[in-house]
Amino acid sequence: MNAARKYAVESLSYDVLVIGAGGAGLRAAVAISDAGLSVGVVSKSLLGKAHTVMAEGGVAAAMAHVDADDNWEVHFRDTMKSGHFINNARMVELLTTEAPERVLELESWGAVFDRTPEGDIMQRAFGAHSYRRLCHVGDHTGKELLRTLQNRVTHLGVTFYPEVIVTRLFLIDGRIAGALAYQRRDGHFLLFQTRAVVLATGGWGRLYATSSNSWESTGDGTALAVTAGATLSDMEMVQFHPTGMVWPPGVRGLLVTEGVRGEGGVLVNAEGRRFMADYDAERMELSSRDVVARAIYREVQAGRGTPHGGAWLDITARGSDFINRKLPSMRAQFLALADVDITRQPMEVAPTCHYMMGGVRVDPDTCTTAVPGLFAAGEVAAGLHGANRLGGNSLADLLVFGKRSGEGAAAFARQAPSPPAVSTRQVQAEIDRVLKPLERVDGPSPYQLHSDLQQLMSHHAGLARTGSALSEGLYHLLELREQARHLAVPGGTLYNPGWNLALDLDALLLLGEAIIDSALERTESRGAHFREDCPAEDPAWAQVNVVITQDEEGALHVGTAPVVPPGPRLQHILSPLDGQSTAGRTGS
Amino acid sequence: MIEASAGHDREQVLYVYRGDSDHGQEVAYRVPVVPGMVVLDALHFIQAHQAPDLAVRWNCKAAHCGSCSAEINGQPRLLCKTRLDEYGADDLHVQPLHTFPVIRDLVTDVSWNYERAQDLVPAFHPDESPPFHLQQWEVDRVEEFHRCIECFLCQDACHVLREHGLFGQYWGPQLMVRVAELEMHPMDTGNRTALLHGAAGVGLCNVTHCCSDVCPEGIEITHNAIIPLKERVADQYYDPVGEWLHKLIRPKAKSAVPAPAIQDR
Repeated sequence: MNAARKYAVESLSYDVLVIGAGGAGLRAAVAISDAGLSVGVVSKSLLGKAHTVMAEGGVAAAMAHVDADDNWEVHFRDTMKSGHFINNARMVELLTTEAPERVLELESWGAVFDRTPEGDIMQRAFGAHSYRRLCHVGDHTGKELLRTLQNRVTHLGVTFYPEVIVTRLFLIDGRIAGALAYQRRDGHFLLFQTRAVVLATGGWGRLYATSSNSWESTGDGTALAVTAGATLSDMEMVQFHPTGMVWPPGVRGLLVTEGVRGEGGVLVNAEGRRFMADYDAERMELSSRDVVARAIYREVQAGRGTPHGGAWLDITARGSDFINRKLPSMRAQFLALADVDITRQPMEVAPTCHYMMGGVRVDPDTCTTAVPGLFAAGEVAAGLHGANRLGGNSLADLLVFGKRSGEGAAAFARQAPSPPAVSTRQVQAEIDRVLKPLERVDGPSPYQLHSDLQQLMSHHAGLARTGSALSEGLYHLLELREQARHLAVPGGTLYNPGWNLALDLDALLLLGEAIIDSALERTESRGAHFREDCPAEDPAWAQVNVVITQDEEGALHVGTAPVVPPGPRLQHILSPLDGQSTAGRTGS
Repeated sequence: MIEASAGHDREQVLYVYRGDSDHGQEVAYRVPVVPGMVVLDALHFIQAHQAPDLAVRWNCKAAHCGSCSAEINGQPRLLCKTRLDEYGADDLHVQPLHTFPVIRDLVTDVSWNYERAQDLVPAFHPDESPPFHLQQWEVDRVEEFHRCIECFLCQDACHVLREHGLFGQYWGPQLMVRVAELEMHPMDTGNRTALLHGAAGVGLCNVTHCCSDVCPEGIEITHNAIIPLKERVADQYYDPVGEWLHKLIRPKAKSAVPAPAIQDR
């Protein structure tokens, strides 16, 4: 093959390569740069457009500015409880103890947050947080976080590769040696030689037809990791955010921030009843996301849904001044896209695929994976959120574990000898592989296949699951995988979205299979994983995480690994929850 | 992806620019219209059914990320926020941003903006360490600038860049928003007046308000960002009393930043 001769391959070298320029990737880049190492950051989009920008509600950090009784131990308890105790307790401890420091650090880099009358950072209520805990600025906190990190790294000498997509990690002698990527703006290939890689590639919400995620969320980083030998965990735990837009069709799935409920919005069914009273009378609309999403699903199933199959979310009682100040983006979004003025009318909402609790298994302190030299942080990593993520914990996750992964990778790269150069033969084989869809003249369209896959996952592995539907889904998914081997796309390598999607589909198909495998394995309901054929939580399943590995032939293997038990000190913090679903905690 | 089966009442023809930096032309595509459809939906339909390789940037589809900037019937707009029903039966022409070089189809090379952001020094520079004690009104004052989604529609509309191509002399409204954000941050102590007067060239803006008119976030760029920055420059470089006081207090400073001659702009 003369593909490598036809396409330019530029060779680049960094101590550490960061894949992904959302909050976790940028925070990692700051840490690596602070450690004095050279760092390159590749991003599927332009700088500052990563999915972090969409986070609306806030950063969870127990700073106790509004509720004096809050502290990290309560935050720890809330997070473990919402995760239904299959979280990695050490990760939760690190998150809850370090989040306040990370938020203040952002302030020192220029971020602004809303204030209390005393002049401290304001904190708002959010689902299943015991106290008002989310530091925020209006309803665009994610943008504030991303912009601040972006401005920070801009002046640190970090090199950016915007619109560059990694298709392969190269290992030599069992550890990371490099990565091959293509650059959309000129269609050229980039070969990165590096001693360590930080994966900060986010989630794979594009597997579902109704999703709050952008085109980027195809889990390609996760697929790179498992193919390189990393272990996946908790893949069955897919978070459906209770409130996505449902009408008009073009905006279906678009996120309606939990901040609406945090600021007093109520959920009402078609009969005008505040139905959360039937599902969680204590916490009502501010129950955890799995509970609220399931409640809306059940109301619709029972025939009490709104015209387009959802529920009403009403915040009109708060008045237009308040709404304009606290939820300006939401007001603008509904006015522009749905002709709804949320200061006067209710919003129509339904669950939308939002976040992946599962992902790559990592060491809590350093974020290292099972592959030497490979690190992971943010949504791509598993363990922190267990079976259900609390709102606001994701932005805290990015900061805390972004920093830790950067430090972990820097420490590794500092002591690791330079790996040998990746061979031309390996590079050429990968280029040949990725060019295949462009060389075929006739074959299925990646858009059609993507749409079929999304329908399949939504119907067979969505918010409500059964063993038989999952098995049937797996069968169809394997048929789609076969079709994917014949995809054909017109055009060349220069900014070609069809080609891009064809390559992303490899990752989506792999992760779709991992989700179904894991969901079949966990024969109980826990957190976001809801099996209609086994609706109860089973204490035995609180002891284990479902894990996935891939063999050299590409086949996935599902198994279980014991949940890492909290040490005695953390056990003590959890003791007020005794009698609840704590069976998974050893020694309790 | 919107499927034709969702039920549609009419079809719309979109004339979409196809091509690269050297040559290109408009190609007509027919798209079934569904309720609430935005131009980006129509382009996604075209990708799925007619032109798989049609290049267009997008991310959030909710006007939060500023990726899908283009020109619709000559107006700088976000594709995700522009509804087809706004145009009724009119033809729809979708073109890439005029001010920046085309990469392919609707995708332009906006890297110049990121390079200028790199030149924006000093970065945020507080004298104190957090926790800061601020009042909400102080946050509100800069919050407007923090709403910027970096869509660069203002850069596209700015005639200093668009018509006159003075990229070497003026950074354009989006970067002025960035400077204003830093300059008006209550804790910032950095001084960027020399930069504004020199390389960033705020003097070149002649306040036609075009940038504010196209801002999808409704930021009052001209009045709230650029004019106050112009005032800072005027205070330091063109205020005779201030100039005199400045010389009196720090006699040696006068030659430190040579003021270029004022040109008729």
